[in-house]
Amino acid sequence: MVWIVFGIVTWLLGWRINSYLSQQPRTRFTALAVPVIFGLTIVMLWECAVRGFEINPVLLPAPTAIAVTFATSIPTLWQDFVQTVIKGAMSGYILGCGAAFLTALVIDRFPFLQRGLLPVGNFVAALPIIGMAPIMVMWFGFDWQSKAAVVVIMVFFPMLVNTVEGLQATDHMQRDLMRTYGSNYKQTLFKLRLPAAMPFVFNGLKISTTLALIGAIVAEFFGSPIKGMGFRISTEVGRLALDMVWAEIVVAALAGSLFYGGVALLEKSVTFWHPSQRKSR
Amino acid sequence: MKNIGPILTVVAAIFVLWYAGAVALNASWAYDKAKRANVEITFSEMVTDTMNQKKPKLPAPHQVGKEIWKTTGEMVVKGRAFSKRSLIYHSWITLSATLLGFAMGTALGVSLSVGIVYNRTMDMSVMPWVIASQTIPILAIAPMIIVVLNAIGISGLLPKAVISMYLSFFPVVVGMVKGLRSPDHMMVDQMKTWSASKGQEFWKLRLPSSMPFLFPSLKVAMAASLVGAIVGELPTGAVAGLGARLLAGSYYGQTIQIWSALITAAALAAALVAIIGVIQKVVLKRMGMA
Repeated sequence: MVWIVFGIVTWLLGWRINSYLSQQPRTRFTALAVPVIFGLTIVMLWECAVRGFEINPVLLPAPTAIAVTFATSIPTLWQDFVQTVIKGAMSGYILGCGAAFLTALVIDRFPFLQRGLLPVGNFVAALPIIGMAPIMVMWFGFDWQSKAAVVVIMVFFPMLVNTVEGLQATDHMQRDLMRTYGSNYKQTLFKLRLPAAMPFVFNGLKISTTLALIGAIVAEFFGSPIKGMGFRISTEVGRLALDMVWAEIVVAALAGSLFYGGVALLEKSVTFWHPSQRKSR
Repeated sequence: MKNIGPILTVVAAIFVLWYAGAVALNASWAYDKAKRANVEITFSEMVTDTMNQKKPKLPAPHQVGKEIWKTTGEMVVKGRAFSKRSLIYHSWITLSATLLGFAMGTALGVSLSVGIVYNRTMDMSVMPWVIASQTIPILAIAPMIIVVLNAIGISGLLPKAVISMYLSFFPVVVGMVKGLRSPDHMMVDQMKTWSASKGQEFWKLRLPSSMPFLFPSLKVAMAASLVGAIVGELPTGAVAGLGARLLAGSYYGQTIQIWSALITAAALAAALVAIIGVIQKVVLKRMGMA
């Protein structure tokens, strides 16, 4: 009972602070503090609810229990992280995005391919490609190679469509200007069109970060060696050790956010000139 | 329509590559069989064999087509359209979860976006988490949702729909927030000079002008919802649905079955997105926006 009251009080307090902060003029501090306070109150509420209602840990473990499991099983989590994220997702991400980028450059030179491949690429990007996972596992075996293959297919089309779109982002005036400078295809590509394409390319890269992790984890549901985040999640769910599952999800969330954040930082330094990146007002 | 030529060429090229891949990947097994039977086979014999293997590494398109026909059209002809061996039955299972999840996700997404647009506190506290939630590979929690909901006595359609909902609410939130904020100051001021209430402003200005933003988000949400439903069927251990067909196929090495489930899923996704596209066209036309 005490826990429930405590939880409600925390929630009200957190919301109160947030509504006060959000009435203040928006600064960097409030923009950061408000979501953080919101997140913390949610976690507090979760903890209090689990303790107050004495929820079975098989259904929903408390955040503290998850933290303890996380801290005690760091070696396992690290091993899974290396297997799934570094070996599976990263290698597939680099291969897939690289291949898509080069393909986009080729497509861009041939309008015929552009008109034919783009609609097909757009179509394929909407398909449940994750279903290719069992086939890739069959072709490339249980280890990380098959996971990387799934990731390659998953990131290829979103990346391709975005890059091709980006290469078309320059307008006639700019290209005409390059022609009056007497620049050839290569110069126009490197000095005008690729830089102009970068916001689109990074959009594709950012979408692909999440897809890469999803691909690598779900592919492990179809068979994997005895390590890896997807493997651990599916087996620990089977044993009803949900605290371990949650710890693994925390790792996935951290990896996903860091991956995305890293690409976003890179974007910031490459496309510093773009309106969306400039300091506002 | 001028793109139809290039598109057909690309599709034809895909089929050619598919057949070539089937020959290349299945050749070793064809030679293996011949060697064990102690016969020499010519190249053309090898090619015919790669097209007709029982468990090929890569089934040829016509094999997949035949399997799909066998499990859909033929079943209908026999009057057993909803038997457990029929792909129609499995597609229906997946489709129902997809649609329920899509409806729930859209409802959640729209109500969240209204809250975000009208409540500053919610905007500042919830919106960053909505965006952050997308950098998390959320499908990873699918098995857990299934098992936990199962443990408290909810099984069948709903757990899968919950996963679909989680995947599909995000595009709707982002699109709708953008859409509800799309009327510019002039328009909002105009509503004010007519002394419109908050409700009137919402129903007569903000909601209508969000429609062009809503439909593209719905297309993305529908595709994501189908992925959620398929992945949601994996951890229950291959009971029913397209995801279950994939899993069962991968357990028993039935590649033709995997491919036919995959093609069916793709067709389903394309059809669902196309339906939204038609609704979009009709609605926007009647609203005078297209």
